[in-house]
Amino acid sequence: MTGPAVILRGVIGLVALMAAGLAAVSHQIGVAAGLLALTVLVAMAARPRAALPVLGLALLAAWLVLRAPLPWGLFDASLLLLGWLLAWLTVALVAEARFVSPAARRLQGLVVTLIFGATVLWLWEAVVRGMEVSAVILPAPSAIAARFAGSVDVLWGDFLQTFVKGALSGYAMGCGAAVLTAIAVDRSPFLQRGLLPVGNFVAALPIVGIAPILVMWFGFDWQSKAAVVVVMVFFPMLVNTVEGLKASDAMQRDLMATYGAGYWQSLWKLRLPAAMPFMFNGLKIATTLAMIGAIVAEFFGSPTQGMGFRISTEVGRLGLDMVWSEIAVAAIAGSAFYGLVAMMEKGVTFWHPSQRRR
Amino acid sequence: MRSVIPVLTVLAAIVALWYAAAIGMNAQWERDQAGRAGEVIGWAEIVPRTLAQERPVLPAPHQVAASFWQLTYGEEVEGRRGIVKSGSLSNRSLIYHGWVTLSATALGFAIGAGFGILLAIGIVFNRAMDISVMPWAIASQTIPIVAIAPMIIVVLNSIGVSGLVPKAMIAAYLSFFPVVVGMVKGLRSPDAMQLDLLRTYNASGAQGLGKLRFPASMPYLFASLKVGVAASLVGTIVAELPLGGAGLGTRLLAGSYYGQTIQIWATLFAAAFLAAAMVGLIGLVQAVTLRRMGMMR
Repeated sequence: MTGPAVILRGVIGLVALMAAGLAAVSHQIGVAAGLLALTVLVAMAARPRAALPVLGLALLAAWLVLRAPLPWGLFDASLLLLGWLLAWLTVALVAEARFVSPAARRLQGLVVTLIFGATVLWLWEAVVRGMEVSAVILPAPSAIAARFAGSVDVLWGDFLQTFVKGALSGYAMGCGAAVLTAIAVDRSPFLQRGLLPVGNFVAALPIVGIAPILVMWFGFDWQSKAAVVVVMVFFPMLVNTVEGLKASDAMQRDLMATYGAGYWQSLWKLRLPAAMPFMFNGLKIATTLAMIGAIVAEFFGSPTQGMGFRISTEVGRLGLDMVWSEIAVAAIAGSAFYGLVAMMEKGVTFWHPSQRRR
Repeated sequence: MRSVIPVLTVLAAIVALWYAAAIGMNAQWERDQAGRAGEVIGWAEIVPRTLAQERPVLPAPHQVAASFWQLTYGEEVEGRRGIVKSGSLSNRSLIYHGWVTLSATALGFAIGAGFGILLAIGIVFNRAMDISVMPWAIASQTIPIVAIAPMIIVVLNSIGVSGLVPKAMIAAYLSFFPVVVGMVKGLRSPDAMQLDLLRTYNASGAQGLGKLRFPASMPYLFASLKVGVAASLVGTIVAELPLGGAGLGTRLLAGSYYGQTIQIWATLFAAAFLAAAMVGLIGLVQAVTLRRMGMMR
């Protein structure tokens, strides 16, 4: 048991005592007794295996808060605080456990991550309900989920228009062009020395700004979005690939030379594989850039479909639940895209130290 | 210094390509104009005209440079509403709009970097935070926040939070993540030997942080600050798109509405100079700090 966890237990005990006092004042003797018992239990919960009962208590508090009648009193607010602290204690307790097998460790990480995420969602839902936040400002997760489920076909159409047509095609073209350019300048150290600082500089520029220009040039449909994505992903990818092509060391290149390998053979068999960690670094950076580019470009003009179009029109109509549904789609698509590239990286660069199991 | 000539060569090639593209892309309009007037024109007439159009598809570099000069020096020093004649910055000059953007970026960057450093310290010292917060910090970055920034701004405006703060929040959100990642790496960079030495000195966690981990993280910190400041500038510019009022993002949108391509390009260059200046400033601080710490030859 480390210092912070002891303090956490102390705080939980205090809050539970407070809640018990509030319950007793409002003549809910049973609840008060239950909360007192809880205080004792939590104070004793020092072992990782206490995580399960603590989680149960957290769920109970969460349920009580969600069905609390409006308007909220001090008691409901203290229950909210209690539920959050209990969830945090669960996370701390689970994190405390040390496992030997990698599978158990992965499961531990997953459990902690999920509890943390569920807690955030629950807090959001409870606060929106309890404080009666207007749906125009912040809709509750349940309302967003309902809207999401109710308009799957619209979301799917937007996803196809923005992600598949705009972002993916631009991503493929931009990264492909960058790799080809890198190989083209690879034979000239002069060009490399010139291109690297310029590429690094351009990669730091707010390139999203050219979106209005490209929309003017290529029209409102997906071509202009793909063009924005191409320009956005090109320079990070170029810089990383040029850097990567220099990654093989002199000894390895000498070995290829002793084999009598030509330029293309040594490029294909040694230098491209050696460049893969760098190239995947660029590919991963480019996934997020592609999503951003495709959506932002739609703010400057788009057909009547697409995630950026939907977001900007629904904001105008105060349909915030629809906007959040689009955000959810963007987050899911973005995470999946990133995860896919990361998985490919794991498969391709299995030999690299950064992929070794700790 | 070795790379000055190659860089200049690449830049010259870019400018040459740009001129060629400007001639190629603007030529059609000139031909249409000539066709309507019943003239037949050759390249000898087309080329000079394409480089001097009022609303070209792609303005030539010298047009952009002239416009940039006019919107900065011309507007402020010679203009009626400039700082010389009226005592306050002209609302048509890029200096004024750049300043608005810069102040929001700087505020957001300060918040984001500060928060990122604190979060990184928490992650390094607390195992529960490490395995619960880190995956969500990564997931939070797959949400294209830049893409929904305009919405967040509009909503915050509707509940009465306006001015600098909403823009700065977007900028902070974008800059905190690179700082967290870099600082976690940096704070963990001291090796076991060094940590053991501190343990034999009976150093506390805070002492270990102040005397070993924090100094050791400096190179990582500066590298991620550079990424973060560029990201926060992008965030501010996009956040300014829906606002009207002032800022480089607003100028971009206005230019796009009225087809003022030269103005868009001049604004883009102002943003580029701003980004370069901020990254350069951090690079300068980095060079001075690392040299005084003896980490750079």
